[in-house]
Parts: sequence; structure tokens; C-alpha cells
Amino acid sequence: MGRILLVGRLAVRDLRRRRVEAVLLLLAIMAATTTLTLGLVLRDVANDPYQSTRAATDGPDVVAGAGLIPGGDRPAELSGLEELAGAPGVVDHSGPYPVTPAELQASGRTSDVQVVGRDAAPAPVDQPEVTQGAWVSDGGVVVESAFAHALDVRVGDPVTLGGRSFEVVGVAVTAAVAPYPETSCLVAVGCASGATPEELSGLPPGLLKNPGLVWLTQADARSLSPDPGSLSYVMNLKLADPAEAQAFAVANARENRGALRLESWVDIREEATESAADAQILLLIGAWLLGLLAVASVSVLVGGRMADQTRRVGLLKAVGGTPSLVAAVLLAEYVLVAVVAAAAGLAVGSLTAPLLAEAGAGLIGRAGTPPMTMSTVVSVTAVALGVAVVATFVPAVRAARSSTVGALAGSARPPRRTGWLIAISARLPVPLLLGLRVAARRPRRVVLSVVSIAVTVSGIYVALILDAFLAADPLAAGVDQAQAEWLRQVLLVVMVIMFSLAAVNAVFITWATVLDNRRSSALARALGATPGEVSAALAAAQVLPALVGAVLGVFPGGFALFHAVNAITGGDGDRATLPPLWQLLGVVSATVLVVAALTAVPARLGGRRPVSETLQAELA
Amino acid sequence: MSDAADMSVLRARGLRKDYGKGEGLVRAVDGVDLDVRAGETVAVTGPSGCGKSTLLHLLGGLDRPSGGEVSLNGRRIDDIGERALARMRRTDVGFVFQAFHLMEELTAVENVELSALLAGRSPRAARRRAEELLEQVGLADRAGFLPSALSGGQRQRVAVARALSNEPSVVLADEPTGNLDSAATLDVLNLFENLHTSGQTLVVVTHDARIAATADRMLSMRDGVLVDETRLTGGTTGRLGALVGLED
Ligand SMILES: Nc1ncnc2c1ncn2[C@@H]1O[C@H](COP(=O)(O)OP(=O)(O)OP(=O)(O)O)[C@@H](O)[C@H]1O
Ligand SMILES: [Mg+2]
Repeated sequence: MGRILLVGRLAVRDLRRRRVEAVLLLLAIMAATTTLTLGLVLRDVANDPYQSTRAATDGPDVVAGAGLIPGGDRPAELSGLEELAGAPGVVDHSGPYPVTPAELQASGRTSDVQVVGRDAAPAPVDQPEVTQGAWVSDGGVVVESAFAHALDVRVGDPVTLGGRSFEVVGVAVTAAVAPYPETSCLVAVGCASGATPEELSGLPPGLLKNPGLVWLTQADARSLSPDPGSLSYVMNLKLADPAEAQAFAVANARENRGALRLESWVDIREEATESAADAQILLLIGAWLLGLLAVASVSVLVGGRMADQTRRVGLLKAVGGTPSLVAAVLLAEYVLVAVVAAAAGLAVGSLTAPLLAEAGAGLIGRAGTPPMTMSTVVSVTAVALGVAVVATFVPAVRAARSSTVGALAGSARPPRRTGWLIAISARLPVPLLLGLRVAARRPRRVVLSVVSIAVTVSGIYVALILDAFLAADPLAAGVDQAQAEWLRQVLLVVMVIMFSLAAVNAVFITWATVLDNRRSSALARALGATPGEVSAALAAAQVLPALVGAVLGVFPGGFALFHAVNAITGGDGDRATLPPLWQLLGVVSATVLVVAALTAVPARLGGRRPVSETLQAELA
Repeated sequence: MSDAADMSVLRARGLRKDYGKGEGLVRAVDGVDLDVRAGETVAVTGPSGCGKSTLLHLLGGLDRPSGGEVSLNGRRIDDIGERALARMRRTDVGFVFQAFHLMEELTAVENVELSALLAGRSPRAARRRAEELLEQVGLADRAGFLPSALSGGQRQRVAVARALSNEPSVVLADEPTGNLDSAATLDVLNLFENLHTSGQTLVVVTHDARIAATADRMLSMRDGVLVDETRLTGGTTGRLGALVGLED
């Protein structure tokens, strides 16, 4: 009891005593947990929307269309479709339903649509799930969710269809057709789905351009068509074995000599999940990079504090703390921070996820944002704890095992002495001389700071390529305009978080360096170095590694990361243009400038600490 | 075994500690035999670098010897595990350091109760004991202060209170007054005098001869070896300050 109290007290007090560091640590882990939460929530959006929509709407295993050949023999095609309902393996069906092309105008915007005529009564196969409002009624139109989102129409809005007024009575999702703008073509005039404005301008006039999907009553749909002979039809089939859907579609399409269009649910799902899957990959890669950065931050912090902690550790051991108790005290601190960071990351992530995911969910035709799942909570907490434990474990064990006497003298991990660097630096101006020596004291910290900058710059490099690619040519990336916008938003979120974390890291490392160099800084000043020179030295010790990190982040870091992203997403990297040299030089110099600016404050504080106070403090 | 040895709280035989090897070998402690009886105050003096701190660390189980034996209350401590050693330190030994070594983030009373909590006492019992001890060292009114708000002498008195927290068999002090001015030194000396009269076993390392003069026995050390032993009587007199010339 008393010992638990003690562990808790020591952990909490130490955190409180070094509030700035505790907050920075919290931010570092939180950035990783927030992104991870976003990534996992989006994964849920991306992973099961089709499945859940399919389950909720009695989704068809195969969708069959007829009347797709201009001037074809409608009655024969329709009877061919009806025969299909009796084909072996089919256990249920709905339709055939009439489909007609039309133009829809809503709040000043015009779009081509495919109008499907449905019964007001629920169908046994493909009964679209109404997410807002109600199902079709005479004079009332129901709009497919992704289309409604893209067009920004809501229940109650007046719309014009083929010149006639209707009211939007509902918004619904279906598993029978991929969501806007991937919508399958159900009409004879043909469609250009997911095309850019430039591409659209060159197309024949009758073609439906990026058509959306709306549902009317059968009577309303038929009345929109000038000629009943020009109607197309669609029918939804349920098979005894859904796994057979693709084989069924292929076999029957052949049998009907192409008069019927048959699409299996597997194909529809593929179209439906594409963009969300891309976003998920982006976020998960982002979360992964952030995880790395977080480990770097925490390692720097823990390492920096350990120098300070050695005396505490020695003392705890001198008064009888066992090695396991010492390790427990050290771990407890970071585990405490990690738990708070996990909770905060989950909270922030689940609050911001809807902003990203709702757009995504609408775009991929899913009803709303999926709720936070237990597996997300567990994964995020596990990662936060993992980061804390990984970063703390080695120093904690090392501290627990260290010699008590050595620790009391505060020399458990004495600074390194890199003779050649010291010799070289003797020839440099004072700030560089001191700066190089500061860096040489803690080679591992320099490595961490190089890694941290390199990881960030790699991320920025890839983001630049992807962003330019998405902005210039979304179709080549396999997404439409709205999805490209969304992906760019996702990219921006990841980059902002990543950048913040890298900034936190830079401040952190400087701060740890300042603390670590208190004594030598004070000594340098006692020996005649000016505060300005000492500050410049502390900053130089950060800026030099930043320069190296930025260069490594561009090559090979960003280069390799881009190809990794490409390999994972199956993208075609050749079509993306690598950033021009001036942009790369810009990234490198901006990085160095930002690091210099960020480290200026702590370095200045470190350079100005009163000398006597520091030297005095060292005694006690 | 003689009677005297049986009564020993601390006992060292052929105690050795080497640092480095080859050319750079330093025999910091080189074959020390020592018995400290219950209730005795022993001072260890000698020039800087002669191995006093090292010896003290070996006696208190802070460090492991390169050779020889140390027993505390008749139990060998030179060959036991790290965990057992830690337990021994928390119950049987109290340390006082020249640099105080208080936890900066803990208040005076929390510093004092630290070892009691480590030893598994209930938080309430530990706090009561800590308050008593602070009262004893005359710092009851500073219980809630952080070390940074205490003077050097006050810090050292907190450290002494902490050393006494678990009623250790022996208190080991390494230059307890090394960082203090003469007024603060007097405070700490008075404290040690009280400990002495209450029968606390005490080993004090110092190179201040005036302080050494307050002990029952004074051991002189040179190059890792105990070279001289002086029996004193001054340590038992009540007017310690006068004896060492710190009072008017
Ligand atoms: N960790 C170590 N590594 C190498 N040599 C050491 C180490 N610690 C102590 N020594 C050496 O052991 C010898 C004894 O050191 P110790 O600290 O015990 O001296 P001391 O008598 O306490 O000196 P002072 O009065 O100055 O405190 C010294 O020569 C010292 O250089
Ligand atoms: Mg010493």
C-alpha cells in the first residue's frame, strides 16, 4: 500500500516538477494516438461500409440490367431479364424496375441522373436504407447518399427532374449500385462516370456525365420518359450461394450474348471502397510515421531526463529501493502520461474523425460515422503504452541496474568524449566550437534528432507529390474531384499533426540539451563566453543535425517512402512527377530555418541562466 | 569468536575495493579490518582520496567489495543479491551524505517518510514517524517545505531525520558538515551528539579533526589502510560545542 503510494507520488511529483516536459511528452504521444484513432476510424469507414450496407439493405448478389442497347428489342430483353429470375441458383429477386436518364436541378446546380422507378412497398432484395427522411412516394424523390452529399441537397429541398418539380423526401444508401460518382451505368444512352470537366467537354451530347442516382415511384419514373420503348430495366437477384455471384454473372452474360448487363456484388464492392481505402492507407502510413516520431520524442525526453534522474535513482537505491522499485517509479511516470495521452488521443480523434469520416462516409454511400469500436480503443491504448514502455524500458532497466554510488555522484551515464570532434572544433568560432562539443556529448541524441527531422521531411516530400498529383490529375489517381478533395484534406490533417509533432520534438531536444548542458554552459560562461555565444552554440547543436536530417529526409527518405506508398496502394508512381529541385531545396532550408526558430527560445533561456546559480545548484 | 566481535553491529575483515586494472589500478580500500559495537560512535579521518567514502559505501552495502567480508548484525552482506541488499539498506542502515541528497520534488516530511514507505510501513504510520523525527531535529515548522526552500543546515537535518526513519542499526555519515558553515555545523553536531547519547551506532567520515574529536574512537586512514586508532572520551561529555571550539 505504502509502496504503491510512493511509486505514484514520486511519478506524479516528478511530472509536476517538470511540467513543460510532461506536457511536451503528452503532446508527442497524443499526436500519435490521435492520428492512429483517425486512421482506425477511417479504416472502419472504409472496411465495412459495403458489407454493412449490404446487410442493412438485403443487398443483391447480382444486379442485372436490360435495355442498354440503343434501339434494341425491348420486349425480348425484358423477357430475357424475367427468365433470369427463374435461373438455377436464384432464390429471390426484385424488379425489373424501369430506369430512365434525366437532368436534375437543385439549388442552382444541374447534374445528369439515372432515375430508378421503385415500389413504395419494401422489396425483398435491395431495399435501399433510408438515412434521412422517407422512402419514395408520388412526387417525392429519394437521392442516393453520396450524390446528395456531393450536390448538397437535403430532405425537403425542391428539385426539378426532367423539367418537373419534385421534393426530396429522403436520402438513402444502396448496395446495388456503387455510390456516386462510381455509379454503374443502368441506361442505354451510356454514361461517363468519374470524368474531369475537360474530359466531359469532348463527349457526345446524349451521354450522361457523372450521373447520380435517384429513386422515384415507378409511375413517376415512367412519366419522365418520353417514350416507354426507351426505358431500361434493372433487376436485383439473390443467389443461394453469394460466393457464386461472379461465376453466375459471367455465365449468364455469355448466355444472353451481351443483351444483359450482369454485375456481381464483389465488383460493386470494389468500386465502392476504393477512395476510402486510399484515405485509410494515407492515414495509417501517417499514423505509422507519427508513431516513429513519437518514439523518437519520448526517447529524447527520457534520455534527457535520465541524466537528471540518475541522482534520484541513486538516492532511491541508497535509502533501500530495490531495482524493481526503481524501474517501477520510472515506468510509472511514462505509463501515466501514456494513459492520459491515449485517452486524449481517442477523444480528439473521435471528435475530429466525423469531420473527415462523414465526408468519406457520404462519399462512399455509408450511413454516418461508425461508432468507436472496442478494438480501436484497445489498439490506441496499446500503442500509447507501447511507445512509453519501449522508450522507457532500456533507460529504466539501466538505471535500476546502475551502481548506486555512481548514480549518487550523478555520473551513471557520463557524456561521451569524442576526441577528434573536440580537436576539430578548437579551430572554429566560439559558437560552433561550443555547439559541436555540445552535440558530441550526446551522439545518440543527435542521431534521434536527425531521425526525427528525416521522418518529417520524408512525410512532407511524399505529401507534396501526392497533393500535386491529386490536384492536377485526380482521375489518373483513380478518384473523382470530390474524393480527391477529401484525400487532400486527409493528407493535410496528417501533415499538420506530423509537423506539430516534429516541432514539439525540436523544442524537446533543445530543452533536453539545455538541461544537460547547464553546467558546461555555466562553466563556459564563467570562463568568458557570452550568453549570446552560448545560446548560439545550443542552437547550432540542433540546427546542424536538422540540416543533415532534412537532406536525408529528401533522399533517400522521401524517395523510399514514396515508392513504399506506391507499392502498398498499387499506384502507378511513374505518372507522378517528383518535386523540382527548387522545391526540395526549399523544404530543406525551410526545415533548417524552422528548427532554428523553434530552438531559439529554449537556447536563449539556456544561455542566460545565471552562472552562479547553476554552479551552486550542482553542488547540492 | 570473541565476545566483542559478537556484539559488533558492523564487522569488516580484509575488506578491499579496487578500481581500474593494470597500470591504472587503484586500491581505494586495501584490507581493512573493523568492528563497530552497538552504541559506539566511530570517526574515520584521513586526507582526501584515502578511501574514506569508499569504505563507508562498502560498510553500508552501497557498493560491493572486490574482496573481504562485511557483516551487519552478524549477517554477511558482501555476497547477497541486489534486492536483499536494498532491503538491508532500507531497514538496517541510514545514510547521511555531504551533498544532502534529498529528493528535490518531495517536501521535508515526504523525504523523511521515504524509507519508511519503502520498507512497507502504512502511509499513516510513516507520516507520524516522519513528523516525530522532524520535531526531534527541530524542523517541525518546515515539514511542508521543499528542499530548495531550506538552508543547507536544515537540509542536512532533514537528511539525518530520514536516515533515522526506520530505526537503523547504524547511521553512516559521509562528511555530513562538509557543505555547511560553522553555525549549521553546530546544529548537525548537536544532533549527532543527541544520537550518541540515545545509543545510536554511528560511523562518521570527516577530515575535520574537531568533529572527529567528538567520537568514542577515531580511525585514521591512509591509502586505503587504517593506520591508527585513537580512543577518545570527549564524545560522551555534554558540552560538545565547547570542546570543539564552536561555541563562544
Ligand atoms: N569510480 C571510481 N573509479 C576509479 N577510481 C575511483 C572511483 N571512486 C573512487 N576512486 C578512487 O578511490 C580512491 C578513494 O576515493 P574516496 O572517494 O573513497 O576518497 P575519500 O577519502 O572519500 O576522499 P575525500 O576526502 O576527498 O572525499 C581515490 O583515489 C579515488 O580516485
Ligand atoms: Mg569522500
